Amino acid sequence: MLLAKNIMKGFGELSVLKDISLTVNPGETVAIIGRSGSGKSTLLRCLNNLERVEGGTIEIDGQKMVENGVYAPDRELRRLCLKMGYVFQNFNLFPHMNVLRNLTEAQTCVLGRKKEEAQTYARKLLQKVGLADREGAYPYQLSGGQQQRVAIARALALDPEILCFDEPTSALDPELTQEVLSVIKGLAQEGRTMIVVTHEMAFAREVANRVIYMAEGVIVAEGDPEQVFGDPRVKAFTRME
Amino acid sequence: MKYFNNPEKLWNLVQILLQGLQVTGRIFLLTLVLSIPLGMLVAKGRMSRLAIVRAPISIYIYVLRSTPLMLQVMFIYFLLPRILPFNFDRFTAAIVAFTINYAAYFAEIFRGGIQSIPVGQWEAGQVLGMTHAQTFFRIVLPQVCKRVLLPVTNEVITLVKDTALASTIAVTELMSLAKKHVSTSSSIEPYIIAMVMYLIFNGITEQVCRLVERKLNYYQ
Ligand SMILES: Nc1ncnc2c1ncn2[C@@H]1O[C@H](COP(=O)(O)OP(=O)(O)OP(=O)(O)O)[C@@H](O)[C@H]1O
Ligand SMILES: [Mg+2]
Repeated sequence: MLLAKNIMKGFGELSVLKDISLTVNPGETVAIIGRSGSGKSTLLRCLNNLERVEGGTIEIDGQKMVENGVYAPDRELRRLCLKMGYVFQNFNLFPHMNVLRNLTEAQTCVLGRKKEEAQTYARKLLQKVGLADREGAYPYQLSGGQQQRVAIARALALDPEILCFDEPTSALDPELTQEVLSVIKGLAQEGRTMIVVTHEMAFAREVANRVIYMAEGVIVAEGDPEQVFGDPRVKAFTRME
Repeated sequence: MKYFNNPEKLWNLVQILLQGLQVTGRIFLLTLVLSIPLGMLVAKGRMSRLAIVRAPISIYIYVLRSTPLMLQVMFIYFLLPRILPFNFDRFTAAIVAFTINYAAYFAEIFRGGIQSIPVGQWEAGQVLGMTHAQTFFRIVLPQVCKRVLLPVTNEVITLVKDTALASTIAVTELMSLAKKHVSTSSSIEPYIIAMVMYLIFNGITEQVCRLVERKLNYYQ
């Protein structure tokens, strides 16, 4: 379980997250929607320690990553962040490694798994994302959709408790978004805990158990999809999308 | 013509110059082996968050790149022993001078290379639980190597020629031996032979660099 309380974050003068609190329960898929610049990515990056918060508390399974703006020591922080997985908008695969190696590198050097074990697991995950036959390919040889599916498998390889996605399909050509969305949908159906920042409203409505609508650094509406998409403020936003 | 019409004398001269070439080769290899890792360290220091580390390193790079290498060689051979409590023999002085000079150039090339790696690569390493060092050595550095190969090749080829500056402190490498035989024989033929030797040396150097380039071409 992920708990964030009173998160504050700004860049210089600009205050981006204003007292954000949220809880993510096991097995839940949470979609975060909102206008461009509302702070969705910043929130997700703070939860994954890619940005430092200025105030607030983040805890995973009752263990504090940051408490009232004070961070845990580096090692502890790394250990806790391993409970989170992160999938980037632009994949960030390792270009000098083939697909299999992209999936095994952290398994071996971070988790200390044996090479064979890591490869077996990697192959299983590649199968799951429909890329079993591409393990020898380099990222540049793959389409965007395939690259993003590799990135998802790479994140899964470390067995995160919570998987975070920041607009996983917005760098893709429209015809490639479905293959990625259906992988994420499959994960949701397996009961994985996920946080998905997305502009795909249909996807959020269909897959999420809970939707969070953010505007200007605050959570404006939150609840089950029906309820949130029925909110007049959210309606005004989705009409523009 | 003093040598080219006399096979025996020519052969003698070639053998002497080959000994010089060996010294040239040793200076070249030692300088490379020392200055590349040193350059990497300097690059990391130059990018440090701490101004106390950054500032002296910037000055070091500035001084080494802004003054003639010949002057640096002489400075280290003649002046440093007066300041420091130990003597350098000629060969060591040349190696030290070339190493710190080339490290300064390599550092800037590496810095450019490291900074050209998208921040997303660092972040990907981080979210996969890697430490900063693991991300650097496993993710960033291999990509940097590929990106800096061409500028590094340029420096390496320049270094082959710069080794001739060791002759200013009378290290008996190829250039100084050629010079010596030119003045004793008052013929420029030793220079011609030396020139051919440098050409062959750099021809090989270039081929090796190309080979590495091809090796690194397995991804884009
Ligand atoms: N590294 C940064 N430095 C300065 N300002 C930043 C930085 N990152 C984000 N911001 C600013 O913070 C605000 C929120 O950005 P954020 O990326 O979180 O928005 P978002 O909701 O993800 O938008 P989008 O839908 O376009 O991805 C924006 O005004 C942005 O300009
Ligand atoms: Mg964003």
